[in-house]
Amino acid sequence: MAIKGVLRPGFIQIRVLDMGEALVHYLDRIGLHQVSREADGRVYLKGWDEFDHHSIILREADSPGVDLMAFRVMDDAALTEFEMRVKDWGLSVEQVPAGEQPGVGRRIGFEIPSGHRIELYAEIARAEHHPPIVNPDVWHDLPHGMGATRFDHALLYGPHVDQVMHFFVEALDFSLAEQVMMPDGLLAIWLSCGNKAHDIAFVKHPEPGKLHHISFFLESWHDVGRAADIIARYNISLDIGPTRHGITRGQTIYFFDPSGNRNEVFAGGYTYYPDNPTRTWNEQELGKAIFYYEKALNERFLGVVT
Amino acid sequence: MTPRTRPPTGFSTDAAGLAGAVDTENAAARYDITIADTGERYSCAGHQSLLAGMEQLGRKGIPIGCRCGGCGICKIAILEGEVRIQKMSRAQVSAEEEAQGVVLACRVRPLSAIRLRVLGKMHRAVCGPTTPLIPNPFQSNLAP
Repeated sequence: MAIKGVLRPGFIQIRVLDMGEALVHYLDRIGLHQVSREADGRVYLKGWDEFDHHSIILREADSPGVDLMAFRVMDDAALTEFEMRVKDWGLSVEQVPAGEQPGVGRRIGFEIPSGHRIELYAEIARAEHHPPIVNPDVWHDLPHGMGATRFDHALLYGPHVDQVMHFFVEALDFSLAEQVMMPDGLLAIWLSCGNKAHDIAFVKHPEPGKLHHISFFLESWHDVGRAADIIARYNISLDIGPTRHGITRGQTIYFFDPSGNRNEVFAGGYTYYPDNPTRTWNEQELGKAIFYYEKALNERFLGVVT
Repeated sequence: MTPRTRPPTGFSTDAAGLAGAVDTENAAARYDITIADTGERYSCAGHQSLLAGMEQLGRKGIPIGCRCGGCGICKIAILEGEVRIQKMSRAQVSAEEEAQGVVLACRVRPLSAIRLRVLGKMHRAVCGPTTPLIPNPFQSNLAP
């Protein structure tokens, strides 16, 4: 299929308590590459298989969590069109000038009903150290740490998940790939703008603007096991796994960065097409939906956010 | 293809690779920790957080969240004793609270015997009856 409009998750800006500890974690352990450190203190990172300038931004602050998540759209005309559609849907739109982040063109930003800031942009520079293009080897430099290929998606916690679903479907042309429906209504949604089972996901939660996890894609289930070895060796705070989700079928492990932001590295997950039906889980099989093997809900996994 | 010279962008400047590992300060000392809510007692090394010391022994009482000072689940009040405090989320513990001895158990290391009270969000769920249904031979009342 041709992907038009919103192409993919572009970048996410995360707050960390200590930049030095965060860099050891995200560079040495997860295996990202540092692109730059700017005058305002923000540090820009990317995965080895990403062409764009950066995908993770770390900002030192006195509390962890997520500042914003941004999606790349097809071109500037699409950005202008989405700006009108977001306004028509009822959200106010803020302009972010080109260059506010290195290599990134103009952005539009808006707060969705869950209290999260979402941004769209069309232009971003190609990374200086990008995947090979001519007679391309698998990689240029040997991947290190967990070998994260790319920033893949985020799961965010906040109120009004039903409104968030309508916004992404109606204003941004996302599809609802999967959902958890409880007797009292919609609990959780997995939204796709392309062929992945999810590009962004939300769980209903009373506090607005919370981060459940940011996720990085690995090449194989074997790599998830190797990530578990790295987590054990370096005393990284483990949440749960290795295991598999019923939802999206991802093979996964969860852990925390040194500021308490939850990370996931995963492999697998099904291919999604926008004409696929929305897969639905209900209260009876919720354990299997979250952890397919354990079939049990885990209070820490479901309740702990930054 | 022209060889490219590339800076070692993949690695942090932590040459020793020790960040994230346990800190070694006061490692030889061990202190008695008492959870006032339940009467649970355990022994914690001076280089471990109060939370890590409890979790390592398989003990219960303080809820376990991110273990990194971010989520606030393991919030406690220090009733008696001295601790070393590391950076924790201001969204979870204000400066005023910290001045009154309210901290996250994952971010404080003991400098003396400690009595603490659990304040965390999952308190009710985790602090149930402390008598195990099946006696665990790996848990004595106060590990050496």
